[in-house]
Amino acid sequence: MIVIDNVSKAYKAGIPALNGISLHINTGEFVFIVGDSGSGKSTLIKLLLKELEPTEGDIIINGRSLNGIRHKQIPRFRRNIGVVFQDFRLLKDRNVYENIAFAQRVIATPSKKIKRRVPMMLSMVGLAAKYKSYPKQLSGGEQQRVAIARALVNEPKILLADEPTGNLDAHNAWDIMKLLDEINQKGTTVLVVTHNLEIVKAMKKRVITMRKGVIVSDERMGGSNEI
Amino acid sequence: MNGWVEAMRFSTFFYTFKQGVKNIWRNKVFSLASIATMSACIFLFGLFYAIVVNFQTIVREVESGVAVTVFFEDGTSKEAMEQIGAQIDKRTEVSRKVFVSAEEAWEEFGKVYFSGAENMMEGFEEDNPLAESAHYEIYMNDVASQSTLVTYLQSLEGVREVRSSDIAANTLTDFNRLIGYVSAGIILILLCVAVFLISNTVTTGITVRREEIAIMKLIGATDYFVRSPFIVEGILIGLIGSAIPLVLLYFMYRRLIVYVGDRFIWLSNMLRFLPVNQVFSTLVPVALLLGVGIGFLGSRLTIRKHLKV
Repeated sequence: MIVIDNVSKAYKAGIPALNGISLHINTGEFVFIVGDSGSGKSTLIKLLLKELEPTEGDIIINGRSLNGIRHKQIPRFRRNIGVVFQDFRLLKDRNVYENIAFAQRVIATPSKKIKRRVPMMLSMVGLAAKYKSYPKQLSGGEQQRVAIARALVNEPKILLADEPTGNLDAHNAWDIMKLLDEINQKGTTVLVVTHNLEIVKAMKKRVITMRKGVIVSDERMGGSNEI
Repeated sequence: MNGWVEAMRFSTFFYTFKQGVKNIWRNKVFSLASIATMSACIFLFGLFYAIVVNFQTIVREVESGVAVTVFFEDGTSKEAMEQIGAQIDKRTEVSRKVFVSAEEAWEEFGKVYFSGAENMMEGFEEDNPLAESAHYEIYMNDVASQSTLVTYLQSLEGVREVRSSDIAANTLTDFNRLIGYVSAGIILILLCVAVFLISNTVTTGITVRREEIAIMKLIGATDYFVRSPFIVEGILIGLIGSAIPLVLLYFMYRRLIVYVGDRFIWLSNMLRFLPVNQVFSTLVPVALLLGVGIGFLGSRLTIRKHLKV
């Protein structure tokens, strides 16, 4: 499903942010990507979203080379990928329902389908009762649930989560990870970039460790000494 | 193309429109400033337009009274005069011509100079002092073409003299041109200011919504979807900014006609205003189009510069 083939990315002449990495992630996998700051994790996420172009190599998602996608085709490509960020990135002036519906409106989903899908997503993330609340009225964990619902409302095949528990306490962090695991159980490929080693070890998932732009380890049942 | 099709979907169109309205509301101060400038601009445009069309009508009426007079050489036969008349008729500058015979010229002269003493004209029936004064009075479509016509008339065989008033023709033409240039200049400057202000408003909108735009892009919004609310914002500002002064001008113009008609009856012979409907049937669509065009242009230019999607 995701094939990263000898990809390098250099922002300026000098040390590359990514240096010839290759990776294969199967459909339905749950993968953690861990590493220190500057290891290249964020660059990798940006490359997967085609926010950046690789200096070398190619990325193939769902059998399609990202190098072959033209600027005008990027929106359609991105609809296959859900994204969640550490800072939630919710629209503060809109309530929970509107934040999730926004993701559907953006891709011109008919109103009927929006009215059907949004409550479904709210139930899935356990926030059906808070659909009228505004982001500032929610806890960090609840805000991240809204962000996850928004990322999944368009039924993407892949979910990218960039430090999804970074702003949460231990209890909420666990809840979010459990939710991501449930989503993965339903068939969505989940890729999580995180610093939370405790969770990574406990989840027993595939763990890819990066350092200075290269992959230093790739473990099927994560939690090794490398982490 | 797909993005365009999506943008045209009714629900998306409605959503985009709503976001455009929200943008205006969010940047109330800038939006108001833009609408005010646009209103001032369109108000002046409408004002100049009303002045220019009315003035042009007055000029046209005055012009229709400005004539070139053609006198014939001594002994020119009636047939030769008719032949000259036929040649004059072929000229495109000529709107109409009037033939004045020597008898009619003497009669006219008498009316002016022997008024009250008509008996003094008796005895001249057989010896017309203005025997060589038969002439054509030629009226033009546009007095600006007078010099061309005069040169042509002077070249005609059988023509003794061509009389014209260069001052009248030139003054009217120059004044008409001056009003046109001054109004075009002022309107152009105001239009530039309006485009600049709309651009500023849209830039503020883009800055305020930067985070939302970033989210939209990550979710998979097309360029059209991201840009459309800002275009709608610009167009709406243009539309509101042109509708307000049009309403104002309409009532002001209507009142002015009534006021001048009531208070300055003595002016009514020389200053006849065009009916309000005649002026506004052209002004309304032109001003609205202008407003929408400026709004579109202002937002489009800004988006190209500040909104990289």
